Amino acid sequence: MMAAIIAVVVVILLIVWYVSIYNGFITTRNQVEESASQIDVQLQRRNDLIPNLVNTVKGYSKYEAGTLEKVTALRNQLAGMNMEDDPQKTMEVSNQLSGTLKSLFAVSEAYPDLKASAEYQKLMEELTNTENKIAYSRQLYNSCVRRFNEKLQAFPSNLVGKIHHFTQFEYLQVPAEARETPKVEF
Amino acid sequence: MLYQQINMNKRRTVYVVFGFCLLVALVGAAVGYWLAGSTVVGIIMALVIALIYVSVMIGQSTDVVMNMNHAHEIHSAAESPELWHVVEDMAMVAQVPMPRVFIIDDPSPNAFATGNDPEHSAVAATTGLMQMMNREELEGVMGHEITHVRNYDIRLQTIALALSAAISFLVNLVSNFWWLGGGRSDDDDDRGVNIFGMLASLLLIILAPLAAAIAQMALSRNREYLADAGSVELTRNPQGMISALRKLEHAEPMQQADPSSASLYITDPEENAKRHRWLDHLFDTHPPLEDRIARLEEM
Repeated sequence: MMAAIIAVVVVILLIVWYVSIYNGFITTRNQVEESASQIDVQLQRRNDLIPNLVNTVKGYSKYEAGTLEKVTALRNQLAGMNMEDDPQKTMEVSNQLSGTLKSLFAVSEAYPDLKASAEYQKLMEELTNTENKIAYSRQLYNSCVRRFNEKLQAFPSNLVGKIHHFTQFEYLQVPAEARETPKVEF
Repeated sequence: MLYQQINMNKRRTVYVVFGFCLLVALVGAAVGYWLAGSTVVGIIMALVIALIYVSVMIGQSTDVVMNMNHAHEIHSAAESPELWHVVEDMAMVAQVPMPRVFIIDDPSPNAFATGNDPEHSAVAATTGLMQMMNREELEGVMGHEITHVRNYDIRLQTIALALSAAISFLVNLVSNFWWLGGGRSDDDDDRGVNIFGMLASLLLIILAPLAAAIAQMALSRNREYLADAGSVELTRNPQGMISALRKLEHAEPMQQADPSSASLYITDPEENAKRHRWLDHLFDTHPPLEDRIARLEEM
């Protein structure tokens, strides 16, 4: 009798343990997916802003047609992609676009009229904001991925992971120049 | 690391609250001994007073705190795009809900956070902060505030503050009573004079407010270091935080800050740039900025 009770208690504890680990996997996986869609939202936002930017810059600087074309081309390429289908490739194109935009901003410094225009300043804030959000949501994605992968590797949660055929997520590569050290002013 | 820190903080909250309650009970016992000749009555009275203090201060709404600091709320990114967007970024990467955002019209750069849990939090920044800081520095400062929110620092701080207020209330009660010439005299003590008990309770009444203040400030300083580290964990950019703190080092004192909110701010709003001797540090709500910068530089 006593042995039976102990056996039942042990089985119940095992089930509770199993369920909590399984739910832990699901929660973390949802966080990974949520942060991926967060990145998609930001990419979309940037894509929406770019035509405006191109038009504004066009009006002030006649000589940057090449850079603008490149921005537009990358934008259009990115429009057909998303994080769910191919995260690595999407981020790669997104990084290229970030770089091109950065060089566009650098060239814009040479046009005082453009820099002074309220339209351009507003666009700059919006784009800076979106670029930052892309970087931060990528950081969030990577830390969620790390949490999920850790569960898959660590004992005993790896046993549960194996039973349900969970697979590891891949980290998103952070471009080397993405987080350059800022100037320190004294 | 992150979650360990949060759990450690929650555990520490329990210890601190327990320690403070013990101190409140001891002071209550001493006060009861002097006023009513009964330690039990004193303890009950003290705990009831402490409970009232804590519930009043925990219940104090964000709006009251913001009013006391002359802060006005902004409701959309359009009103202050950079601040709004930076707070949005930090909340996203810290995985807490977007807090309410307030602005204080004060040329001195400073910021604080309030709210008992991440669902009811608010952050405030001064106009001086927004003028003086570039985006990376602003990220550092707001990351610090969001870390306070995420770590439940504000609730811990509020409870500690309420309990030390309760202790000073009790001690004031006794000293007023002594002032009026009341208290226990030798002839109403039939059980014989307990010199040891008298001395011990006297000592307790004198030292308890001091102990409470020192403990509360030490706790507050510890939170600041943690929030600096947490901010860097969010922004991955120690340089931004360091240069923000360097700018705060030379700041003027604030005009709009409410003294009872001092420990909430990122730097002490009243004595921003003052230097202290070693002993004075015991009562500081914030560690010296040089030390905070030094710790960040080691990261």
